[in-house]
Amino acid sequence: MPFPVLRPALFLAACLAAVPAPAQPERGVPDTLASRVAACMACHGGPSAPPPSTGPHYYPRIAGKPAGYLYNQLQNFRAGRRQYPLMTYMVEHLSDDYLHEIADWFSTQHLPTPVLARASLPADQLERGRALVTRGDPVLNVPACIACHGQRLTGALPAIPGLLGLPRDYINAQFGAWRNGTRHALAPDCMATIAGRLPLADVAAISGWLASEPVPDDASPAPDPARPLPLACGSQPERP
Amino acid sequence: MKRLVLRSAGILVVLALAAVLAAWPRAEFIPARSPQAWAATQANIARGAYLARAGDCMACHTARGGTPYAGGRALVTPFGIIYAPNITPDGKTGIGTWTADDFWHALHNGIAPDGRLLYPAFPYTNTTKVTRDDADALYAYLRSLAPARQSNRPHRLRFPYDRQIVLAGWRLLYFKPGVYEPQPAQSATWNRGAYLVEGLGHCGACHSPRNGLGATGSRLSGGHIPIVGWYAPALDADNEAGLGNWAQGHIVQLLRTGVAPRGAVFGPMAAVVGQSLQYLTDDDAGAMAAYLKSLPAEPSSPRPSAPPPDEVMKAGRALYEHHCADCHGADGRGTSVAGHPAYPPLTGNGALTMADPVNAIRIVLNGGFPPATNGNPRPFGMPPHSPVLDDAQVAAVVTYVRNSWGNAAPAVTPSEVNRWRAVPLD
Repeated sequence: MPFPVLRPALFLAACLAAVPAPAQPERGVPDTLASRVAACMACHGGPSAPPPSTGPHYYPRIAGKPAGYLYNQLQNFRAGRRQYPLMTYMVEHLSDDYLHEIADWFSTQHLPTPVLARASLPADQLERGRALVTRGDPVLNVPACIACHGQRLTGALPAIPGLLGLPRDYINAQFGAWRNGTRHALAPDCMATIAGRLPLADVAAISGWLASEPVPDDASPAPDPARPLPLACGSQPERP
Repeated sequence: MKRLVLRSAGILVVLALAAVLAAWPRAEFIPARSPQAWAATQANIARGAYLARAGDCMACHTARGGTPYAGGRALVTPFGIIYAPNITPDGKTGIGTWTADDFWHALHNGIAPDGRLLYPAFPYTNTTKVTRDDADALYAYLRSLAPARQSNRPHRLRFPYDRQIVLAGWRLLYFKPGVYEPQPAQSATWNRGAYLVEGLGHCGACHSPRNGLGATGSRLSGGHIPIVGWYAPALDADNEAGLGNWAQGHIVQLLRTGVAPRGAVFGPMAAVVGQSLQYLTDDDAGAMAAYLKSLPAEPSSPRPSAPPPDEVMKAGRALYEHHCADCHGADGRGTSVAGHPAYPPLTGNGALTMADPVNAIRIVLNGGFPPATNGNPRPFGMPPHSPVLDDAQVAAVVTYVRNSWGNAAPAVTPSEVNRWRAVPLD
């Protein structure tokens, strides 16, 4: 068995031989945005790195979400209105122009997205979740999700995100962050208001239902939600 | 005998107090050339804006997402938290009532208009080297900003660091006001570089070691940045930043664009390039590079006596090929895009092979983007690996890149990696 001993030795010799090589890089990479932002896809998935289809995952799908929404979130991370230190760290030295370009690029991507198995969820909780998403709750003064996020829940242009294909933990964490005041949007912060009106059991019902609802084949956002919105939103202002 | 001891001790205490009191002001005054020096002229304001960039005043005097120069950023130090103050010209909460002499006094002597001694988190040990003329231009610029009404937060320093008398003692030991004095034996370019590096640029705030009382040394021999958890490499040692054997043009390129054929900036230096250095003129960046290159090289530290264990290198190589080689190349030589640096080379890269591996570990854990700059507006990024690699895997891959392609540095252990996982990133 000379191999296990020989190979590291050969490898070491190869390394030593490489010492005098100039440090100037010679190989090139394609000058595409996809290669510049490959770092984002390690967590968020991309054409060359689809998100994992099994196992627990947390990072939200960003492919195909409206560019206006993605740009707002990149801005919010950079300015500390959203708190996820790793994201702030990634974007804090990037310019508005570059963030725009990144948001535009991801908004045009479309990826298959895994969803939570519905069988694992209690039926009454699922039903409550479906009711809140599709009809809202007048007693709690909470509008239906579909009133803004689109009849098919694929979001609406220019800046309302789709809600399907997101991990349940991620959705829960966002409601937690709105309630605790660690996620902000431009005022008026409509989602913070709604999150404050929902009991935790309802948050769990909504996240369970959304995370287990399949993403439609055409997940492109609706052109524009019905106006006026049930609540004023700084991220999606009413047109003058 | 006992009385003699007591009396001697008493005399010593009195002498020490007298010395502190005598040295308390530790101030010198240089008058303005004329009121024209700080008049709100376009030329003064533009020059002051440039100098404010060169000094990266905004880095501390602006909170994340806050109004520029309105203060509020928390600087966490080993002695407590210092909140950078509002330096917009608001009369109540900023420096609206300050005269040009008041501003000079703060910048040059580290003393506020009310006589309060300032904490050296404000790097007046460096800004004292700024000329009165430049200080006046900075004053003119800050006066030209829109006043922002934002109250300063009181510092939260531990006893005894919150006492002025302690600060007076510190100043006695570590601070002497004095404008930069050009060295006649050196060129004008070298002197300009030294003036920027040692003065406004306050490079030594990170690149010099700090002692137990937070004072920096006089040499740019590298230092740990406390709390933030990065190591600012020695700028005078060929085995760290290694500027001595860089082409001067590449140093300028790194300072102004954030990337160069031999490396890219990351961590706190990405902020410095993004907010400050990219705005320097070619001449000023060139002067800084010339000065930095001229710093006497420290002898290289000895290479590790034993190479890392084979199994660690083998594991590291497999991880490298899976996670790193696409961008940095199987040969560790990096990649370029249309002749412009894309992913930096790892071979011969001083950032990876310093005795202390913290930077190499954190680059693998945290990834990140170099700053977007005029010269590199759409930087290539590196993914964070903290979610996908465990401590042993990070240790193996870092050990591998530290010991491949001619690199040689001590192996890294999983516990060293673990130590840097929980450092706050924002």
